[in-house]
Amino acid sequence: MAQAPNSFRSGPDDRGHFGIFGGRYVAETLMPLILELEKAYNEAKVDPAFVGELKSLATHYAGRPSPLYHAARLTKKLGGAKIYLKREELNHTGSHKINNVLGQVLLAKRMGKTRVIAETGAGQHGVATATACALFDLPCVVFMGATDVDRQAPNVARMNMLGAEVRPVKAGAATLKDAMNEAMRDWVATCETTFYCIGTVAGPHPYPEMVRDFQCVIGEETRAQMMEAEGRLPDTLVACIGGGSNAMGLFHPFLDDPTVRIIGVEAAGKGVETGLHAASLTGGRPGVLHGNRTYLLQDKEGQITEAHSISAGLDYPGIGPEHSWLKEKGRVEYVSATDDEALAAFQVLCKLEGIIPALESSHALAYVEKLAPTLPKDNLLVVNLSGRGDKDVPQVAAMLGIKA
Amino acid sequence: MSRITKRFADLKAAKRAGLVTYFMAGDPDIETSYQILKGLPGAGADVIELGMPFTDPMADGPSIQLAGQRALKVGTTLDQIFAMVRRFRSEAGDNDTPIILMGYYNLVYQRGTEKFCKDAAAAGVDGFILVDLPPEEADELKPYATAAGIDTVLLTAPTTDDVRLPAVLKYSAGFVYFVSVLGITGMASATEDSVRTHVERIRRHTKLPIAVGFGIKTPEQATAVARHADASVVGTAIVDRVKAGLDANGKATPSLVPNVLAYIKTLADGVRSVRKD
Repeated sequence: MAQAPNSFRSGPDDRGHFGIFGGRYVAETLMPLILELEKAYNEAKVDPAFVGELKSLATHYAGRPSPLYHAARLTKKLGGAKIYLKREELNHTGSHKINNVLGQVLLAKRMGKTRVIAETGAGQHGVATATACALFDLPCVVFMGATDVDRQAPNVARMNMLGAEVRPVKAGAATLKDAMNEAMRDWVATCETTFYCIGTVAGPHPYPEMVRDFQCVIGEETRAQMMEAEGRLPDTLVACIGGGSNAMGLFHPFLDDPTVRIIGVEAAGKGVETGLHAASLTGGRPGVLHGNRTYLLQDKEGQITEAHSISAGLDYPGIGPEHSWLKEKGRVEYVSATDDEALAAFQVLCKLEGIIPALESSHALAYVEKLAPTLPKDNLLVVNLSGRGDKDVPQVAAMLGIKA
Repeated sequence: MSRITKRFADLKAAKRAGLVTYFMAGDPDIETSYQILKGLPGAGADVIELGMPFTDPMADGPSIQLAGQRALKVGTTLDQIFAMVRRFRSEAGDNDTPIILMGYYNLVYQRGTEKFCKDAAAAGVDGFILVDLPPEEADELKPYATAAGIDTVLLTAPTTDDVRLPAVLKYSAGFVYFVSVLGITGMASATEDSVRTHVERIRRHTKLPIAVGFGIKTPEQATAVARHADASVVGTAIVDRVKAGLDANGKATPSLVPNVLAYIKTLADGVRSVRKD
């Protein structure tokens, strides 16, 4: 392993690179717009008016801070680490996605943009974007893979009710990757008026940095809440990773605390060994897609291969570039959980804690079920409950044969 | 002098504009696309852009997306594309018509940027157009391309203003490719006025020839653009002719190649009708 940097929190550099990862691999048409966005964001983030408005919305509209809840029954069952759930699923719209969207849509307004587009997988980011656009009276178009439109029907209905237009994308496997391609195609034609609200810590610079910054509220709150509850920092952090925004939001404020063990859980689908998975860091290698260099699932030639996951939100062949960097630096451990493990963990949380988790977050819970029993009882473990499972109810009920 | 530079110098000497044609390598199969490639110079193509199929062509409209899928379905690889260019230079004996590979950077990166440049040059490729490699990231390709004698043709767009243009031109060789509209391939078309204004603006910054593409679908449009630019680029309309030559199973019919080449000739006749003095 290379020598550790002085800080794991100083990236990206001024060209948007985290080591070899990140960057701005976009068509020239978009380049000037991305530079304009970077400038606008750098100004906004130090403007007390912008920061204050975002904070006020987070508190009064989204419902922050989200609780840090000691899951006593889950802790007892697993018989090891003391487990806390960071309750991002209690946010308005039901996931961590609102943290980022409020920031980006405020920025869109500030930049004078008159239309917002977004891509979505599970529909959580799409719902959050549709919500913020309703609040700020901006027309909103959400690109969503046709496969996901089918398996996340409740969220499609929500987006429609909120006044957004959902455009099903039929290309490829018709999932998140294809939705992102189509959003970028729209953007290149409409970039002078349209703001592209990316839902995760991926895409061209400055998105990975900007989305991370908006999501860091998760980790900052967790730090304060844990100090309040236990008088010290947590020992272990666990979060699921698709693009990796909920994980980055929890992890980033702790990266320079060497006593904190940090673990990201990718979607192993039917098993990494089967090739039918979405574990880019475990089963992929560095490549260039969607504006950045990062770990990607791809064949020998560099053609992107399809991801597979029970969870639409994790069904993506890439990952945010900062995660790729943290993997190579060895600061964060990256593991995976299968569809079956996630589905089992989903049911455990329902029955033990009375909380229906999103299938995405269930991957993190699945790994906690393996890890917690191996840790001492005084190990403070925080798992990010990034979303609620309401959207997954029809899909899971069908898989488990539960009557609706 | 590179084949691209020589070709534009020859066009200038002949007082005419050029026709740049794009089609997808391996669509609908390697042999058919070789037959198209072989016939292009005779049909009037002055410069050839050969598309490298990619699973996620973010700057392309439906026509070129589908062409890429057809090419990938038959397993088209970079090795096959290089072999096709080699065959064009040897078997077809064309050592003058420039060939430019166009596509997305990941294929280059996965082969190894330096190796890709060497392999391409050895096969007889003259230039690259990599849609998702703007000047900000071009340093990782440019030295290897230059060393291999390959011209890097960067895109400029309507959003590329006078402040930014020098950065794009710094990495450009062979010619400048002006993307005449905001958007993806094969959709909207620019007005002749808009093309003229932008070409004049770019000329104030460079002596490189300027080719204009995106949204040029008819001989009339190609001709109109040729009045202002040094070359017109046509892609989607050609790819659509390839598609029109497929049977119900997606296989090439005997009329595919002749029809594609006949269409190219109508484009070339239009472009060549413009006299540049």
